[in-house]
Amino acid sequence: MDFDLTEDQRLLKESVDRLIADQYSFAQRKGYATENGGWSTRMWGQFAEMGLLGLPFEETLGGFGGGPVETMIVMETFGRGLVLEPFFATVILGGGLLRRAGSAALRGALIPQVAAGKLKLAFAHVERQSRYNLADVTTTARRQGSGYVLDGAKSVVLHGDCAGKIFVTARIAGDRRDRDGVGLFLVDANSPGLTCRGYPTQDGLRAAEIGLSGVRAETVSENAIPAIEHTIDEAISALCAEAVGTMQVMHDTTLEYLKTRKQFGRAIGSFQVLQHRSVDMLVALEQARSMSMFAAVMASEENPIERKRAIAAAKVQIGRSGKHIGQEAVQLHGGIGMTQEYSVGHSFKRMTMIEQMYGSADDHLAALAKMGGLFGKAA
Amino acid sequence: MDLSFTPEELAFRAEARRFFNTEIPKSIRAKVAEGEGLTKEDMVASQRILNARNWATVNWPVAVGGQDWSPVQVYLYQDEMQLAHCPAPIGFNVSMVGPVIAQFGNEQQKSYFLPKTANADIWWCQGFSEPGSGSDLASLRTKAERKGDKYIVNGQKTWTTLAQYADWIFCLVRTDTSVKQQEGISFLLIDMNTPGITVRPIVTIDGGREVNEVFFDNVEVPVENIVGQENKGWDYAKFLLGNERTGIARVGMSKAKVIRIKELAALEFAGERPLIEDPRFQEKLAAVEIELKALEMTQLRVVADERKMAKGRQNPASSILKLKGSVIQQQLTELLMEVVGPYVMPYQRDFDGNNEPAIGPEYASEAAPMYFNYRKVSIYGGSNEIQHNIIAKAILGL
Repeated sequence: MDFDLTEDQRLLKESVDRLIADQYSFAQRKGYATENGGWSTRMWGQFAEMGLLGLPFEETLGGFGGGPVETMIVMETFGRGLVLEPFFATVILGGGLLRRAGSAALRGALIPQVAAGKLKLAFAHVERQSRYNLADVTTTARRQGSGYVLDGAKSVVLHGDCAGKIFVTARIAGDRRDRDGVGLFLVDANSPGLTCRGYPTQDGLRAAEIGLSGVRAETVSENAIPAIEHTIDEAISALCAEAVGTMQVMHDTTLEYLKTRKQFGRAIGSFQVLQHRSVDMLVALEQARSMSMFAAVMASEENPIERKRAIAAAKVQIGRSGKHIGQEAVQLHGGIGMTQEYSVGHSFKRMTMIEQMYGSADDHLAALAKMGGLFGKAA
Repeated sequence: MDLSFTPEELAFRAEARRFFNTEIPKSIRAKVAEGEGLTKEDMVASQRILNARNWATVNWPVAVGGQDWSPVQVYLYQDEMQLAHCPAPIGFNVSMVGPVIAQFGNEQQKSYFLPKTANADIWWCQGFSEPGSGSDLASLRTKAERKGDKYIVNGQKTWTTLAQYADWIFCLVRTDTSVKQQEGISFLLIDMNTPGITVRPIVTIDGGREVNEVFFDNVEVPVENIVGQENKGWDYAKFLLGNERTGIARVGMSKAKVIRIKELAALEFAGERPLIEDPRFQEKLAAVEIELKALEMTQLRVVADERKMAKGRQNPASSILKLKGSVIQQQLTELLMEVVGPYVMPYQRDFDGNNEPAIGPEYASEAAPMYFNYRKVSIYGGSNEIQHNIIAKAILGL
């Protein structure tokens, strides 16, 4: 048992930490947000140069060869910087689907482009009725010639407005919530019949509504749910790490504020009620960090039940800790925490969105409970 | 980062599991599982089995009978012991006074006390708290006045756990009233059979007799029973209190409780189905399990860090072990009470020693007493509010 990073992991962490410290201050981030598309193409280029866009891919295709721990390292630091670029959509979601469902030919064609920063990906999956049920798909895939044609509408497609290629789920067979019969397809963003309406999300990132009307698609998998589930589990693990970085910043910022803000002639951090609340934030942070590590270790587990139990548990902890720390960070700052011009509110907003992504704490708690909890035999 | 155990660690775990599950009598382990009180004989017997293998005092220096184990091994030892429902070695002996004597005692004290302490030939109790000195321990007033080759001790200790079993008591006493509170305290070992000592039980809300008041009325103690130097007792007490950092979370014990709650909830019915299949109950239990898993990971982080850290330095994560561990232990006793339903009500402790049949299922009778009793875990060893103060100061710099 060893919580230490390997030499390579340590170097990765140092370089990403340095990048965010030097080039992703709150003021710099504000600048990136005003660029066309809502993020910085220059930063994207830097990510590519550092190898981050090839993070989870095999080295023979230009990738970095990293696993869930490498992802955790990068995402935690990105969480501190509140990174705006489409890293999660392209590398974690798109990259995950490519790795788990893509053929050798498809991987060989796309991974080098993704790693080089030339191709951005997105995952169009959520539908109006689906909430967090990954198998609830009504978009249809109709066979036409050797391929499929897609019809339907996809919602809240993360960074869907900047992707060159978009993974789309559509039903080939079966009823609305059947796990079987869900296909995974790849479409060009400029395909005839595809509409895209981009918009900002609450946390300052981007998403899109995607319409599909007779769109010709390349088939990736005709039975995609297992690969999608594993990809989403990995994505949740990545979000847990991002959330830990975001929580860490909120905790640090609040602590600093308690030490410097003076009222009644002394630092407000001298008041016991605020000290104890600050301690509770630390406890929530450390528990979240522990579960983020647990999630990273379990994200590559092939046994889906064991993996899901761990990921669900981590998402609950992250959601609970994140909500607590976010709300307390704003509260302990008082009025300044309410303003757009101060950083804490932006961390709070990102944290709040992560809480909702791929199911809330309550959703995952119910799922874990149904699976028989964590200790003892699975139900 | 690799969270799997090495083959050597796994082999050690397997051996620990075998040992605890086969060598410690089943009758004793069943009592722990049921939450039934152990007798003094149970605890002494169990400790002697451990000690025969040199597994009672693993935290002591190797020279006086400890083990040269890695922090991971210590963790696995504790975890397996708790999972097997084995009684821990007597804490007053093994975690508290033993290491103090080993570190600060003279050769005579070491050779006389340590073997007897390890083998539970002596049962120790702890004389720290006083009626006016709880969280503010340094304000203690029990006085030891030097008269020739004796100290004359007068005063009162309280919350003295299992003093009714004890052969000796290790006490903090005031030996100098003219200096700063912390600088006038000494660490004194007192034979409980000395004339002038009176032990009076304090019955706790669960109906149990665990704690006592201990009165000292002109008790004569030979000066050679002082540990280390006169007026340095506060340092030794801090050493003692800082010793147990990871064990306090009781993760293994809580894991064993979770598994037991699941077993019992499968036997109790809520409407048409076993309680364990009730979604609300499942979710409440799962919520505690998540906190427990997070705590286990936090504890492993602390354990892994201990290998690298200079002695005495603390990983920030260690500070939360007591806070979270105590709350989880309490939540599990609540859930157990919920499992037994209406049979939570009969108070059956006074049936001890008569032949009346138990009312309701065997496992029900201790549910409520355990819940009441476990309110203590967020109070003793520095209340959780004091833990907050410590973390705020030591870790957050507030």
